[in-house]
Amino acid sequence: MNGLLVVRPGPLTTVQDLGRRGVAHLGVPRGGALDEPALRTANRLVGNPSGTAALETTVGGVAVKALSPLLVAVTGAPAPVRMDGRPTAWGAPVAVPAGAVVEVGPATYGVRSYLAVAGGLAVSEVFGSRSTDLLSGLGPAPLAAGQVLPVGPAVGPYPAVDVAPLPAPPVELVLRLRPGPRADWFTAEALAGLARARYRVATASNRIALRTEGPALARTREDELPSEGVMLGSVQVPPNGLPVIFLADHPTTGGYPVIGVVPATDLAAAAQARPGTPLRFAPLRGPRVRPGT
Amino acid sequence: MAEGLTLRQVGEDALLVEADRIERVTALYIELLARRDELPEIAEIVPAARTVLLDGVTDRPLLLRKLAEWTVPLHPAAEGPLVEVPTVYDGADLAEIAARWGVSPEAAVRIHSEPEYRVAFCGFAPGFGYLTGLPECYELPRRETPRSSVPAGSVALAGSFTGVYPHSSPGGWQLLGRTTLTLWDVRRDPPALLAPGVRVRFVPVPDTLSGSRLPPAGSRATSGRATDHR
Repeated sequence: MNGLLVVRPGPLTTVQDLGRRGVAHLGVPRGGALDEPALRTANRLVGNPSGTAALETTVGGVAVKALSPLLVAVTGAPAPVRMDGRPTAWGAPVAVPAGAVVEVGPATYGVRSYLAVAGGLAVSEVFGSRSTDLLSGLGPAPLAAGQVLPVGPAVGPYPAVDVAPLPAPPVELVLRLRPGPRADWFTAEALAGLARARYRVATASNRIALRTEGPALARTREDELPSEGVMLGSVQVPPNGLPVIFLADHPTTGGYPVIGVVPATDLAAAAQARPGTPLRFAPLRGPRVRPGT
Repeated sequence: MAEGLTLRQVGEDALLVEADRIERVTALYIELLARRDELPEIAEIVPAARTVLLDGVTDRPLLLRKLAEWTVPLHPAAEGPLVEVPTVYDGADLAEIAARWGVSPEAAVRIHSEPEYRVAFCGFAPGFGYLTGLPECYELPRRETPRSSVPAGSVALAGSFTGVYPHSSPGGWQLLGRTTLTLWDVRRDPPALLAPGVRVRFVPVPDTLSGSRLPPAGSRATSGRATDHR
């Protein structure tokens, strides 16, 4: 059969595609690859539609054995890639004979590497996606040693791309921030100082949110915000005042004010920022508010 | 824009519509679903306690103009499907809830099972619906110390909301009772029994499983199917 046998699952390796749409009203997070451009590139390198399900590793890499001849590619966080112990290419398609073990080593820098395989990972879909959702437990569980992941039939023409430029993970993470919808819950000082405030990526960051350490943002009001819908990139500020940037597995509603929203295109870099990485926000001009009549 | 609604642009392609009260949120949500074809494409329509988030909007300026022409009633025009939830009222907090309401446990069951509820929104976990309909005078806070595990099917209340835990999870709501209905099943359509807009009645049933607090393996609820009364 076409498949991958998990030899070493790594600290946290999940199946990810582009996630789920149209089910947020049921409380289902969108999920999907945190570094979406890296997922798309890995798929293009092996001739897949760019949103095909692939593996997302977390810092420590993964090792899988090909049960049939397969074409794979590794992108995202740069890492040594080996086939049966011999170095092979990162960011390029690699033909793997049946029985060979492909190992993605610990990330040299960045957090998440993507291993795509021609034909894609053929685990079952839930709401149109094969992604593991760590908040609500939908999709396949994180990889475990000895598990076999089915691989679908390759659909491609053989890829025309054989090497792909990918941005290096940032030394400093700069996230643009569109203020609102609850920027008015914060003091003028907090808002004015936001562009100068220096944060660091906190250790507690995960697929649900990038957490921060740094100056607390002061609120003008202490009452509770009735739960409201939040989106990818929403920057929620809990009572400790430290901004929390929602990533793919974020809850669909939240009860803390959202000071602003980071555009989705900036979140790939956030997905690759290790704990301790300096972080600052670059506020964009705020949107209009149209009062009721 | 209709009375009682405020529009806020969020991020690059989303809109947050804020209502003056939760009943209007539900009415707006039902209206949005019914008239979705008239609007530019919206990837997600997420109702909540005072707002509806419209995320992934293809043409936000057009959506703003369209919504400005709408009038949204305070009460939903459409009736929506009705789900009956057979409930064994033997929750761990029933006696305390009754005491806080100043009534007997039997009266507390009557108070809770009398209203017709409406699912206002989902959150916390997939398929966890926040139900409105309990009169304001019966609002109760969450438990001061949340339980580390609340069994699936627990019927509970907190603040002005009633809910049913779809999965076993930690939780701080006050437990009234339990149902054997499957609230959430990804292989079912719809996966969430208590989706936004659905009307709900709690039907007190006796505990037929004397001595056992768990339903027998493989037992299937006989009611709870959504019946469209639109």
